[in-house]
Amino acid sequence: MKGPGRSGLTLDEKLIFEHSDPGRRGYSLPPLDVPVASLPPELTREEVADFPELSEVDVVRHFTRLSAWNYGVDSGFYPLGSCTMKYNPKVNESAARLPGFSEIHPLCPENLAQGSLELMFRLQEALGEIAGFPAVTLQPAAGAHGELTGMLIIRAHHEAHGNPRRKVLIPDTAHGTNPATAALCGYDVVPVSSDGILTAAAVAERMDEDVAALMVTNPNTLGLFESEIRKICDIVHERGGLVYCDGANLNALLGIARPGDMGIDVMHFNLHKTFSTPHGGGGPGSGPVGVTGELARYLPRPVVVREKDVYRLDYDRPASIGRLRSFHGNFGILVRAWAYIRTLGGEGLRLASEMAVLNANYIRSRLEGTYHLPYEKRSLHEVVFSDRDLEGDCHTLDLAKRLIDFGYHPPTVYFPLVVKGAIMIEPTETESKETLDEFCEAMLTIADESRNDPDRLKNAPVRTRLRRLDETGAARNPRLKWER
Amino acid sequence: MRYIPHTPDDVRQMLSVIGVDSVESLFAEIPEDVRLQRPLDLPLPLSESELLRELAALSSRNDAARTSLSFLGGGAYNHFIPAVVDHLISRSEFYTAYTPYQPEISQGTLQAIFEYQTLICQLTGMEVANASMYDGASACAEAVLMAVRAGRKGRVLLSRALHPEYRETVRTYCRYLDVELVEIPFGKDGRTDRLALEREMDAETAAVVIGYPNFFGVVEDLAALGEVVHAGGARLVAAVQEPIALGLLKSPGELGADIVAGEGQSFGIPLSFGGPYLGFFAASKRDMRVMPGRLVGETVDLDGRRGFVLTLATREQHIRREKATSNICSNEGLCALMAAIYLSLMGKAGIREVALQNFSKAKYARERIADLKGFSILHESPTFNEFAVHADEGAAAVLLRLQEKGILGGLALDRFYDEMPDNFLVCVTEQNSRGEIDALVEALKGGRE
Repeated sequence: MKGPGRSGLTLDEKLIFEHSDPGRRGYSLPPLDVPVASLPPELTREEVADFPELSEVDVVRHFTRLSAWNYGVDSGFYPLGSCTMKYNPKVNESAARLPGFSEIHPLCPENLAQGSLELMFRLQEALGEIAGFPAVTLQPAAGAHGELTGMLIIRAHHEAHGNPRRKVLIPDTAHGTNPATAALCGYDVVPVSSDGILTAAAVAERMDEDVAALMVTNPNTLGLFESEIRKICDIVHERGGLVYCDGANLNALLGIARPGDMGIDVMHFNLHKTFSTPHGGGGPGSGPVGVTGELARYLPRPVVVREKDVYRLDYDRPASIGRLRSFHGNFGILVRAWAYIRTLGGEGLRLASEMAVLNANYIRSRLEGTYHLPYEKRSLHEVVFSDRDLEGDCHTLDLAKRLIDFGYHPPTVYFPLVVKGAIMIEPTETESKETLDEFCEAMLTIADESRNDPDRLKNAPVRTRLRRLDETGAARNPRLKWER
Repeated sequence: MRYIPHTPDDVRQMLSVIGVDSVESLFAEIPEDVRLQRPLDLPLPLSESELLRELAALSSRNDAARTSLSFLGGGAYNHFIPAVVDHLISRSEFYTAYTPYQPEISQGTLQAIFEYQTLICQLTGMEVANASMYDGASACAEAVLMAVRAGRKGRVLLSRALHPEYRETVRTYCRYLDVELVEIPFGKDGRTDRLALEREMDAETAAVVIGYPNFFGVVEDLAALGEVVHAGGARLVAAVQEPIALGLLKSPGELGADIVAGEGQSFGIPLSFGGPYLGFFAASKRDMRVMPGRLVGETVDLDGRRGFVLTLATREQHIRREKATSNICSNEGLCALMAAIYLSLMGKAGIREVALQNFSKAKYARERIADLKGFSILHESPTFNEFAVHADEGAAAVLLRLQEKGILGGLALDRFYDEMPDNFLVCVTEQNSRGEIDALVEALKGGRE
C-alpha cells in the first residue's frame, strides 16, 4: 500500500444534544457575592429550550472524538491548491497566547497597549517591505475582506477624481471571490480571457476610460507568472485605471519579486496562507492590504502610527473609506504572522518560496505524461493537471476521493474553471521529498487503477468513517440544525 | 530552517528529475525587470528561544492593561474562559484543517459547526444560523445587505444607540451601493425613539437595525419597535453585541426579529486586542436561500449513515460569482468551535447563571454609583451588564484619575458621541468581584474629596 492511509478503530459519537442529561453541569462559577437582581418579567426569557446539559468530561470526550474525524496539516500532506496549506509552527501558537497579548481589551488606553501597537506597526512595515508597498492596513479579517477593502479604496480614488467609472476587468484565471467583490463595490464585471497567461494585448482591447480597475492574481491560479504584468499595468494606468492584485499566491514570490515593483496599486495578503497562520477549519484568517503612497489616504480607520517612540491609533483620516469591522483587526493572527516573519527573516522567506516552487515542479515532472498538463509554461508554487487522461469514466472527483483512501487530503478540484476537470496541486515548502514521492506514487497508482479497476475510484473512499455523502439531498431538503 | 526539510542532496535529486540545473532557473518566467535585486530588508532571523524572549518582552509592555481592574466593555467583554476551551481547540486536527470541502475527512469540523448553528438558533430564537462571519460589526453589515436584497428596497434605518463601530461598518459596506442609511435618535431613557422611527418608516424601508442590548447596555423594547417595523413592511435586525444577555433576556426571535447578527466573543474567545472574534448570523427560514456565508446541513452517506456537508452553495461567490449573496469565502471556524465548546460547557443552567451574575453585579455597581455625589446614571431604562454614567467632573478626568490607581473605569463616550463629554460606559461581568466593584466606587468617590 502506497501512502499512509490505513483503516483502524474509529469511535462513533452522537450530537452534543443527544448526550444531554437533565441536571448535568460542565461549568463552575464563584458564588454570587452581590444581591440577586431580577429583570421585569416581560423582559425575561424562560430557560433556553433544548440547550445541552453535560459534564465537563462529556464535552471533552465529545469534541476530542470529533477532532479525530478531521484531517489537518498536522495529520498529513494537504496539497489544496491556492490555499497554501503549509505547516503551522507551534511557537506561533504560544506567542499568540502570551497573556500580555491575549488578555488585552481592544478599547484599553493606547498608552497601556504599546506592546500590541508596536507589534502591529512592525508587521505593517515588514509586509510593506515584502510586497513593495509604502502603506499597509491590518484591519481586514480574511482574504475576501481584504479584497473588499482594496476595491473600496480603488473606488474611493476614482470618486475623488470625479468619476467612479463603471467596470472592472477580471481575467478567467482569477479567484472566485473577485467578481463578487467587484459587484459589492458597485462595479460591472468584464471577463477577460487568457490563454494561460494574461496578455497585454487582451487587456488593451478591453481597457477604456470606463474601466476602474483590473483584478489579477499573480502568480495566477494556474500557478503561472503573469510575465506581461508590467506592460499590463502601464496600459491600465495610461487610461487612468488601477491594478488590484489578489495576493493569495504570494508564497511563490517572497524575496524574489514584489507586486509593488510590478506596477500593482493595491494588494491583499493572506496571512493564513503565505505567513503560516493556521486555517482553523475555515478561519479565522487575516487579509491585510498594501497600497501605493498615493492611495494611503483612503486606508480604513484606524491606522497604527509611530510618533517618536510612541505608537498610537490614528482615527483622524478624513479620506478613509471607513472601517470594515470592529476594533483593529485579527490581532491574534497578526502575532502569529509576526512570529513567523521574525523566525525566517528575509533569507528564510526567500528559501520558503524557492522550495515551494521546487516542490511544485518536482510533482509536475513526476506526474507529467501520466496526467494531462493543460499549460506547458513553467509552474511556480502550484501545478494544475486535468482529468482528461483518466480512464474508465473516472473523473477528478473520483481521483480526489481515492486519494483520501491513500491517506492524503485531495488537491483543489474543478478550479480554476478554465481547465476542465482541474486538479490543482500546491505542495508548499514544508513537505519533504519522501512525502512528495509517496504522494506521486499514489497518484500514479490511481491512474493505473482507472485503467484496470475503475471501481476502486468510483467507490472511494472506503477507509473513512463515512463514505461519499449525499450533497444533492442535503441541498434539496436542508436540515441546518438539530431538532428534537 | 526547521520548517523546511530539504537537504542539499534532496534539492540536487529533485532538480535532476525536473531537468534543470538550479533552483534559480525555475523562476525563469519572471522577467528581470520585476525581480527584486537585493535581499529583503527585514530583521535577522531568531531562534525559538530568542523569539519567545523578544515577544515576551514586547507583550509585557501591555502589562499595566492586563493587571488593571477593568470595567471596559463596549463590544468586547472580559468573561471567564474554562480551560477546556483552549485545550480542545488546540487539537491540531481542528486548527490545522481548512474549510471542510471534503466531507469524508472533515466530519469533525462539520458536525461541530452543525452543533454551533443549532446553539445559535436556540439562543436567538431563530430558525437558521450560518457557520459564522468575521465579527459582530461585519455580520451586522451583511444583515443589512441581505435585507436590502431580500426586500428589494434601498433604505435602511440604524438606531443611533447601535454600536458606533457597527454603524460605521455598515456605512463602509454600503458606501457605493444604492442604499440610503438613516439614523434614528435615542431618547433620554437610552432607548431608540419609537416616534422618530415611526416618522422615518416608509415604503422604501428594507430594514431597521436595533442593538439588543444596545451600545449603552440598555435593553430595548424590541417587540414594540418590531411592530412599527413590520407595519411598514421592513425587516427587524437585532444586533447583539453582548450575547451573554441572551441567557436572561427574551430571545430576539421571540420578540419578532427577522435577522439576528451579533458578536460571539463573549462565548469563550479571548479579548486578544480586538480579534479574532466571531460574527454570528441567524434568520428566519424564508430567508435561508438569500443568507450570506457558509451553511452546514445534515445528510447521509452511501450506506445511509448520518453525516454533514457544506450546503446551499449556489448562494456563494465561487458559484454565483458577481451575483453571489456575499463575497465571503471563509468563516471564523475555530472561533465558532470555541463558542460551541463554551456553550456546551455552560449548558442550560450555566448560560442562565452567568447572565444573571453579570446582570446582578452590574446592577449592584449601578446602584452604588448612583448614590455617589457628583455622579448619576444616564439612562433610567433597564440595562444588562453595562450602563452609562454621568460625571460632573467630566469623563476624561475621572477615567485618568482611575487609571492612575490601576483601574480601567470604562469607556469615554465622547469618542463616539460628541454630546457626551461627561459620560462613560461602565461594564461589569462575572469576573468582577464585589470587592472590585467597591474599589471602583471608592476610587470614584476619591476625586470628590
